[in-house]
Amino acid sequence: MTSFDILDRRSVPASAAAPSSVARFRVWRGVSPSLVLAWLVLATVLLWAMAPGLFTAYNPVEGVPGGQLKAPSAAHLLGTDSLGRDLFSRIVHGSVHSLTGALAAVGVGLLAGTTIGILAGSVGGWIDDLLMRLVDVLLSIPTLLVSLSIIILLGFGTFNSAIAVGATAIAGFARLTRSEVVRVRRSDYVEAAFGSGGSFVKVLWRHILPNSLTSVVAFTALQFGWALLQISTLGFLGYGAPPPTPEWGLLIAEGRNYLATAWWLTAAPGLIVVIVVLSANRISQSFGRAGS
Amino acid sequence: MLKFVLARIGQAVLVLWAAFTLSFVLLQAMPGDAVLIKFLNPEYGLSPEQIAEIRADYAVDGSLFAQYAASLGNLLTGDFGYSVQAGVPVSAQLAVNLPATLTLASLGFATAVILAALLAFLSSFSAGSRLRDLIQSIPALFISIPVFWLGIMLIQIFSFRLKLVPVIHPGPWESLILPVLTLAVPISAPLAQILIRNLDEIETRSFVSVARAKGASRGRVLFRHVARNAVLPVLTIAGVLFGELLAGAVVTETVFGLSGIGSLTERAVSHQDLAVLQAVVIVSAAIFVAINLIVDLAYPFLDPRLKPRAGA
Repeated sequence: MTSFDILDRRSVPASAAAPSSVARFRVWRGVSPSLVLAWLVLATVLLWAMAPGLFTAYNPVEGVPGGQLKAPSAAHLLGTDSLGRDLFSRIVHGSVHSLTGALAAVGVGLLAGTTIGILAGSVGGWIDDLLMRLVDVLLSIPTLLVSLSIIILLGFGTFNSAIAVGATAIAGFARLTRSEVVRVRRSDYVEAAFGSGGSFVKVLWRHILPNSLTSVVAFTALQFGWALLQISTLGFLGYGAPPPTPEWGLLIAEGRNYLATAWWLTAAPGLIVVIVVLSANRISQSFGRAGS
Repeated sequence: MLKFVLARIGQAVLVLWAAFTLSFVLLQAMPGDAVLIKFLNPEYGLSPEQIAEIRADYAVDGSLFAQYAASLGNLLTGDFGYSVQAGVPVSAQLAVNLPATLTLASLGFATAVILAALLAFLSSFSAGSRLRDLIQSIPALFISIPVFWLGIMLIQIFSFRLKLVPVIHPGPWESLILPVLTLAVPISAPLAQILIRNLDEIETRSFVSVARAKGASRGRVLFRHVARNAVLPVLTIAGVLFGELLAGAVVTETVFGLSGIGSLTERAVSHQDLAVLQAVVIVSAAIFVAINLIVDLAYPFLDPRLKPRAGA
């Protein structure tokens, strides 16, 4: 990059921050509507998880006798299930289970994966070889089978299925982080930082990590959507949270028995999953190449 | 060249051995095995001595290392042990269930290829129009749909609403239509993404411009020059696609109540039948490794640019 490029880049945000209405318009012009929508969807679902009471007054676990299998209406936005429970309320209250499951899974993958990746990429040598062969082995087993092996080992449950999904994300994070660390490590300014007497840990923290961050963040968003899909699949198969819990995958599994009479029981929770996953993928894409 | 082939085969065997060891550590080294879980059930009314005898029969009472050596030896002779739940050899169960899954998976894969090719060529032909953005966003949508939900929705729409595919007593082929479609959609997405990207990239190469300048029609350029080069890189994700097919089979067979390797796996997890799950894990790892090995070895022959030159 030449110094002209740097000057040029600096000048753009400076003019955009000017308090004229034209400039303000310019700030928003670069933002795509689909990206705004994606953030709105995630924010809404997050609010559902944090304060479900704000969105629905119905009890998600106790049904109303006589109110079973009602089609969507003004009173029940998404209808009711076989026990007379409001489906919208169950989806809203279930978001906390699905989202924390997916977040925990991504957390496990991120923590274990980036640790392996940074270790392999920065230490190098036989440790690098060993860790990367281990990652190859993990990748050679189809992800669902890795999840199922861990489920059979740990037993069923929300937390266990999150760990099971997280374990399948480790390999991807490890590979990405390693390649990023190796890439950044070879660049001139890192060489210079080492040359001017920076200790290994300090250079890693100040130069290598921040420069590897963008692609890791993009990959994290992508993995979040993917983990949500996997968590709902395990929930659907009955390996996740036990039945009264309104986890999204489980909601679809329960609605399956009423396909002919109550289509909304399977359609609505599935659509929510699709929309949230799409949003996560869209946001991941906006972070740059690594997300695609 | 021979050295490369041997090194690559050795690497594949090593990965496979490590996968076996990993699955052994995960699945057999755990306390409380499937034999105990099944036979400690008071309904059987077995004495502790009888249980010890059964455990000896299943060879789960020895030291960990003895168990490891025994199951590695058995594996090499194609013996995966007994399914505790069904009481039959796992290899027999696999053999019984394999044809159904193979049919489902190959039909699903073929459909996915057709779907992906269709999307890619539509996107290529609609270059510069709004339709193109729409087509290019379809794969992203396909990846975001939970497979099990897709299956349920297809049953809902085609069987219950439109009554096109019968749910009760369908013919052998009718019963496969919806499962094959369910399986094909998630597989077609990564295929279509790679194809679209490659088509776009190769369109800009100079040999394409030359072909155009010589007066070749749009269709001829696309099929004779561009498509040939765009298809090859798809091979590099063949192993990943296999994993997706298998995962898809587990979900699809469960949703549609079909018998096969997928539903066998699902039942194995529900009943904690470790031997069955371990066999599925090892066999699929073996297939994955074999696919990648074949792709690696065949690639230089398919793409002449990568052929190792004599003396090089």
